[in-house]
Amino acid sequence: MESTANNRVIHVRELVKKFGDFVANDHLNFDVYAGEIFGFLGANGAGKTTAMKILCGLQRPSSGTIEVAGFDVYKQSDQIKKNIGYMSQRFSLYEDLTVKENFQFYGGIYGLSATEIKDRTRQMLESLQMTTSADMILRDIPLGWKQKLAFSVAMVHRPKIVFLDEPTGGVDPITRRQFWEMIYEAASKGVTVFVTTHYMDEAEYCNRISIMVDGRIEALDSPAALKAKYNAATMDEVFIRLARAGVRSMNG
Amino acid sequence: MKGFIIKEFMHIFRDRRTMLILFGMPIIQILLFGYAITNEINNAQIAILDHSNDQSTREITQKILSSGYFALNTKLNSAEEIEKVFREGKIKEAIVFESDFDKKLRNAPPASLQLITDASDPNTANLLSNYTQAIALDYQKQLTAAMPAPARLNIQSTMQYNPELKGVFMFVPGTITILLMLISAMMTSISIAREKETGTMEVLLVSPLKPFHIIVGKVIPYILLSFINALIILVLAATVFGMPFQGSLLLLLLESILFIVMALSMGILISTVSNSQQTAMLLSMFALMLPTILLSGFIFPIENMPFPLQIFSHIMPSKWFIIIIKNIMLKGLGIAYVWKETLILVAMTFFFIGLSVKKFNIRLG
Repeated sequence: MESTANNRVIHVRELVKKFGDFVANDHLNFDVYAGEIFGFLGANGAGKTTAMKILCGLQRPSSGTIEVAGFDVYKQSDQIKKNIGYMSQRFSLYEDLTVKENFQFYGGIYGLSATEIKDRTRQMLESLQMTTSADMILRDIPLGWKQKLAFSVAMVHRPKIVFLDEPTGGVDPITRRQFWEMIYEAASKGVTVFVTTHYMDEAEYCNRISIMVDGRIEALDSPAALKAKYNAATMDEVFIRLARAGVRSMNG
Repeated sequence: MKGFIIKEFMHIFRDRRTMLILFGMPIIQILLFGYAITNEINNAQIAILDHSNDQSTREITQKILSSGYFALNTKLNSAEEIEKVFREGKIKEAIVFESDFDKKLRNAPPASLQLITDASDPNTANLLSNYTQAIALDYQKQLTAAMPAPARLNIQSTMQYNPELKGVFMFVPGTITILLMLISAMMTSISIAREKETGTMEVLLVSPLKPFHIIVGKVIPYILLSFINALIILVLAATVFGMPFQGSLLLLLLESILFIVMALSMGILISTVSNSQQTAMLLSMFALMLPTILLSGFIFPIENMPFPLQIFSHIMPSKWFIIIIKNIMLKGLGIAYVWKETLILVAMTFFFIGLSVKKFNIRLG
């Protein structure tokens, strides 16, 4: 993967986010490049969700330079929003709407036309092999399917970057693997995937990962390089070695 | 926007509980109130003071007594006795025919008929008076048909003890107010809190939709449904309860929309401070419902409240809306008489909308 300023899609310099005296993000610096799967790791309370929310425009940073998809988070959040997709850890779809209606609604709020929505819904359901479930109420659909649907819905407007906030919580290992196949497929089409997780085996699937401890980025590299650096056999070991130094994570 | 509104309607129509609260509750409440109050007009005890005792007065008396609504308790001989029988609680209504009633009716109209009703039970009093008048006017019509010159009755109805009929004045306006408040504010706050609870709100906020659009999209379906509700309540009030309707329907509906929007903006405000549906519901109950019921003048007259509470009642939007409905429905007054109250409601609406949009934005910061 070529890492130049040209294909840089996320650019973060000296990002600080404070809640009163509490420093959630302490001078973060990182870049993410087009088509990359970027893993954002950290124990609960390490500050990864806050950083992600800032990148998505859900929260404002206290200070720092942050660009997403080439736009400034302070001034151009409207353009950023059009270029990103977001999937929350709760697979946030409407439980009382059908599969099709969820696509229609989310496609609609991104300004897609009715025919675009129809075409994309059909394509996505075909690739998920869920064509027959289009008219099922979401409530009646198994969790693993909901998760894949939530990912497809987050991609319905074909964003440049998709943010996944702990997307695999609560699903079985097989479904998780299938889900990662979807992520790879998206990345192969040039979509940048920014994913937070606390499953260390998933960290291995990422091109590069950053590990946050107590609001700071303690390590940032490819899984292989990190394992070599910390002389560890698995990412789990790397993580434990880094996180042990942390204070906040002990209560998380 | 359109998609948002459609989605919101789907949420409402697919949730049986929401539908039940939305449309079941108003109907049940109105019917409950209506029937609880109206079902006792049978053989109401009356007294008659007949100063002329001629053909007409006997015919009218006969007509009244045979209607089934009234039963003759006492025949009185003088005006002084009226007060006495009322005090003894023997009668609900006294009917007084003036002297030379028949002669006046036929030759020198109008002839005077006086109705005195015990309005300590205001609803019954109103009904009794209305029924009696209807019967007397019916007699007048019969008589006119059989005569060359029209017969005219001059009916004076007096409410004893509670001339302003406080209870009935307050009942329907109060119920409309409470239901609109409950449905508008509680339903919106719950539906927004639900999006927060399920995490869909986050997804909406990440999307290009502006907070303002989200709020408007949320609120429009509830404006429509609350408006339909207001219509249902009014129709029921008029048909079941026999609520008089004097003023402009258009004005009343416009004022209702204003109040609905006000209540909705309060609902949004509540939702910005509550993260779960339960919290939203409890907050709506305690912050909106109880003060509305207790302090708006619906149940307890404001003038009887201790001074601090009277001041507090001024900031209850429902108080002003109840005054508006009363003035329009019962007194038939136009905008010239309710512009002050309307202005207060408009100001409150803007205040709550502004505050909730601000709160909604702060949450992002």
